[in-house]
Amino acid sequence: MERSARAFTHNAHKALADDVLQDNLVKLKGNFLVRRERARDSLPEFDVLRDEAKAIKDHTLAHLDLYLEAFEAQVTATGGQVHWARDAAEARAIVLEICRAEGARTVTKGKSMIAEEIALNPYLEAHGIEPVETDLGEYIIQLANEPPSHIIAPAIHKNRQQVAELFADNHAHLDGRLLDDIDDMLADARKVLRERFLKADIGITGANFMVAETGQTIIVTNEGNGDLTQLLPRVHIALASIEKAVPSLEDVTTILRVLARSATGQEMASYTTFSAGGRRDGETDGPEAFHVVIVDNGRSAMLGSEVQDMLRCIRCGCCLNACPVYGKLGGHVYGTTYSGPMGSVLSPSLFGIDEMHHLPNASTLCGRCEDVCPMRIPIPRMLRYWRERETERGLAPSTARWGLNLWSAFASRPTLYRRLMRIGVGVLGRLGRRHGGFANLPLAGGWTRAREMPAPEGQTFQDRWQRGERP
Amino acid sequence: MTGAREAVLGRVRERLARSPDDETRARRDIAERLAGQRRGTQPARIDRDRAGLETLFVEKAEAVDATVAVVKKAQDVPEAVAGYLRERNLPAEAAIAPHAALDTMPWQGSALSLSRRAARGEDAVGIAYAFAGIAETGTLMLASGPDSPATLNFLPPTHIVVLHETDLVGGYEDAWQLLRDAGRGRGLDLPRTVNLITGTSRTGDIEQTLQKGVHGPKRLHIVMVRDGS
Repeated sequence: MERSARAFTHNAHKALADDVLQDNLVKLKGNFLVRRERARDSLPEFDVLRDEAKAIKDHTLAHLDLYLEAFEAQVTATGGQVHWARDAAEARAIVLEICRAEGARTVTKGKSMIAEEIALNPYLEAHGIEPVETDLGEYIIQLANEPPSHIIAPAIHKNRQQVAELFADNHAHLDGRLLDDIDDMLADARKVLRERFLKADIGITGANFMVAETGQTIIVTNEGNGDLTQLLPRVHIALASIEKAVPSLEDVTTILRVLARSATGQEMASYTTFSAGGRRDGETDGPEAFHVVIVDNGRSAMLGSEVQDMLRCIRCGCCLNACPVYGKLGGHVYGTTYSGPMGSVLSPSLFGIDEMHHLPNASTLCGRCEDVCPMRIPIPRMLRYWRERETERGLAPSTARWGLNLWSAFASRPTLYRRLMRIGVGVLGRLGRRHGGFANLPLAGGWTRAREMPAPEGQTFQDRWQRGERP
Repeated sequence: MTGAREAVLGRVRERLARSPDDETRARRDIAERLAGQRRGTQPARIDRDRAGLETLFVEKAEAVDATVAVVKKAQDVPEAVAGYLRERNLPAEAAIAPHAALDTMPWQGSALSLSRRAARGEDAVGIAYAFAGIAETGTLMLASGPDSPATLNFLPPTHIVVLHETDLVGGYEDAWQLLRDAGRGRGLDLPRTVNLITGTSRTGDIEQTLQKGVHGPKRLHIVMVRDGS
């Protein structure tokens, strides 16, 4: 996708002023999380499984080269073919080469974040190949020519009216008619996409996991579109980034037990599909050829670094659902493929802090993302890491830097700091005594616009501590 | 892409920076891990006898909108399937997996018109044979092969799956073990597709309103056979 993370502040203001978006986001609030809690409560082993899932991923990452080699050997043994891509350009070129070799005109696509990351659709279109998204949410945003705004619910920012308008504009048989019932919209999309499934030359899916033991790629879905995408065309291409490797079927089973519960609050998604190789002797359906494209695109550099833990992410999206900032702004403001807390760590890691430096600040560091993460990823710690890099590189706004420098000049001189604080707190305490707070403060207009600053009580914390007061 | 494989793996190795000693240990560890089938924690809910597993399977499958009919003998399956279709006013025509276990059932008496083949876009009903049932979450395991076309699981709006109670297990790990025991755990013996199916096709993509049957089946009906044959 085209990235606009530099415009984060501008995007955020626009999102806050967008009444339809605000309305749609209110509906999202809590819905997924309530269901997640219910699923967690009905599985007493949930937290133990989270620890085990984390350990599996840590072990895999520490031996990633060996597991990728083992995976490749098994894919080959089951009649599939593995391709390697250092970056987005190589990944796109590999897919195009396969499409050309097959003489493909139309490809159907299952939902895939890595395909979004490498901007596959516009590239295929530019080379005369028509990609058709088949996940209902992805299909809706493809019609709207927008990127996804949520990992698992890509069109969460659209309401039924907006979907009806997109269908009316794009489905010729509707003749401009607006469907008002969600059931009717679904039936309409089913009809349109069914034809696409049956006509496509190649099916492209992502992969939630690559099993080193067996050479299988796995997709986890609810609609069944991913399965029709990979079953019906002559060729199946699965795109997977390097960190999707897992050792064995037993290992992936442990992770699957926390995945859907964290994502949608289901115990298990409707369809978990393990694919290995092309059509076998005597089989009458399934693709004849199976290709896996393993993509690095910046991930190897995260190994052994401060942000390695982010590679444990299984893209359940529950940190987005838990995040108060995401809940108020939606996913588009982040201006990159990955939004919310996980995106604010991953995007700077993949695309550089220079371009992505606003994102680590789009967090209150409240820690809810880490609390709910099935893979126990320390997201706040890594957000702070990227904030430090931002400051080191002088990317923060000049007022913030100037203010922090001034504060640190005082704070590193304890006696002076205590005296000045005593004066400041004393003056503010007297001034605010009557109202108990300040409706606006110089230099803090943005903060006091939405709330009052409570007045200090006249003495500093340090003085009270020294006197032996303890809360 | 020439050299991309070596470049990616080389970068990974460089970042991991294992010493030669570590390297030897690492290779031994992962070989063990890949061969050892090491299980993690399994939910206590599957710790029960066969009757208990059947109850759990039915409860969990129904919780995700599947329907379950239990029949005593394999001979009873055709009538159970025909009855299900009749009651819902669905067509008495189906594509059926050309599976030996299904072939021995007396379909001739059921007034159903069956085609032993993979599914096509226009099929209204697909009848498949499950490799295993997983009680933990009411999940079906279907293993593709010449006698088990995977399209039957996704194209027809009504999906009927026949499951023998003897193929019912507690957790997913037990199902993987069944697959390995059947000699289908590795290489070209591994099914091209293993489908774990838990309920019907669904989506929440429009206003998070749960809708069934968006691309895959709208109805999932499981016929469980008790005779152990």
